[in-house]
Amino acid sequence: MGNPIIFLLLAIVAIGSAIGMLTSHNAVHSALYLVLNFATIGVFYIVLNAPFIAMVQITVYAGAIMVLFLFVIMLLGAEQLRGVTDVHGGERFHRAVAGLLAAVLLLSSALLLFQSETPAATAPMLDTSPTALGLHLFSGYVFPFEVTGLLLLVSMIGVFIFGKTKKRGKDA
Amino acid sequence: MTIGQIALWGLVVGFIMSMVVITGFAYTTLLERKVLARMQARVGPNRAGYIPFPTRTGREKKLLAGFMQPAADAVKLFFKEDPTPAKADWLVYNLAPMLAVIPAILILAVIPWAGKIPGLVPEQYNYFAIVPGLNVAVLFILAVTSISVYGVVLAGWASNSKYAVLGGIRASAQMISYELAMSLSVLIPVMLANSMDMGVIVEAQKGHWYVFLQPVAAIIFSIAALAELQRAPFDLLEAEQELSAGFNVEYAGMRFGMFFMAEYMKMISLSAIAATLFFGGYRGPFVDQIPVLGFVYLFLKIFIGLFLMIWIRATFPRLRYDQLMLFGWKVLLPVSVINFMIVAVFIVLAAEGVFAPIANFFGF
Repeated sequence: MGNPIIFLLLAIVAIGSAIGMLTSHNAVHSALYLVLNFATIGVFYIVLNAPFIAMVQITVYAGAIMVLFLFVIMLLGAEQLRGVTDVHGGERFHRAVAGLLAAVLLLSSALLLFQSETPAATAPMLDTSPTALGLHLFSGYVFPFEVTGLLLLVSMIGVFIFGKTKKRGKDA
Repeated sequence: MTIGQIALWGLVVGFIMSMVVITGFAYTTLLERKVLARMQARVGPNRAGYIPFPTRTGREKKLLAGFMQPAADAVKLFFKEDPTPAKADWLVYNLAPMLAVIPAILILAVIPWAGKIPGLVPEQYNYFAIVPGLNVAVLFILAVTSISVYGVVLAGWASNSKYAVLGGIRASAQMISYELAMSLSVLIPVMLANSMDMGVIVEAQKGHWYVFLQPVAAIIFSIAALAELQRAPFDLLEAEQELSAGFNVEYAGMRFGMFFMAEYMKMISLSAIAATLFFGGYRGPFVDQIPVLGFVYLFLKIFIGLFLMIWIRATFPRLRYDQLMLFGWKVLLPVSVINFMIVAVFIVLAAEGVFAPIANFFGF
């Protein structure tokens, strides 16, 4: 994993943007923090010698999904969240439980990482060119790949069915 | 060369090329104003700067009248008051012009400007680019164009103005719609050249430009690129009659200028991409013997692309919003999907040798 200083800087940006996304009271600011987070993850992929995944990460997450998020936020005018002051008791309980669960998740993943036998630094350098990736995907993983494609197609058709407005006699 | 030296070389070349293109941006504005003026039977800007040329009658002739106009524009923009609206989101409002300009410059990184020039290009690589030999170059272009929508959308939202928000929403809807057709048409040169490396795509076009093999893809790319650029006839997000000026209505001074900078830089970089993917890039007559000619050919092709964009702006009226969406989703996208499938099938059939008898018959 390259230079530890680069890793540290990237990690600070990634975690900082994640915290910023959670704590910001403006939905558009949250979305922007998430874009920064996705871009940092993309840089992580480049550092890990996986340029294809990095570009796809930035195109799909930072480029397409977050633009749609912003589009919806702007269209609904839902930028401002409620202030912190009007949190009632039940919600406070929910927040405490969510925080506890997040802490458990973080601790367990940290434990797993520190216990793992093969650190990333000793993993073998693979050929990560798009050609090698495509050959790998279409020789060893054809079936999962096709199933994923089918799932995406079905969900796309579902969107069309849900999005279609029913015409009742009148021509809309 | 070691990796560190190549990185340093890339930084130096990147700085120089960015400066060249920023100068090019300034003169593209002048070109647009001059060409539009000529097409509308006007003279255009002709006051700022000229080269005096004495004639026999004693009165000097003014050559290149108006060539200092970009400098005058820049000085004017820098000295203007640059207020931030009171109810605007300060951070995002100031961030948006930068987010608009940065992707426009970033795209230039992967464009091959010339062939292998001894001494100028590290010996591992076969062509001159800021980042040569990137094996995901086409994906890089798609990634950068997909994040370039943020500048416009955030400018519209952060201004806290109805007109600006409407402009921003129009921009995001339009760019999402046309990105699909553009990506699918960009994939066709990749499939034909068997590589995502821009230099390999250019070298694969030796003798036959892809515009002759795949005119449909080239046309779709041109239309979608115009829509990506939000140039006429797709400049709905700054429709003056409906939105006064759209997303940049609250901006003034150089931050207003930066949106124009982004637009013109993207015009330059997208015509460079179109030239590289479909019109043979830096290739032209005698480019193998004298590789420096590559710069000249690419600049010439970029210039033709810019001229066509300005010509289109002077010729066509703006589309209506529903026409834009209808055209993007019901015409451009199906055509590009079908074209994509046909090309894929033909490539496989050609690899299997189905066309060999026909090729033999015509004596290829």
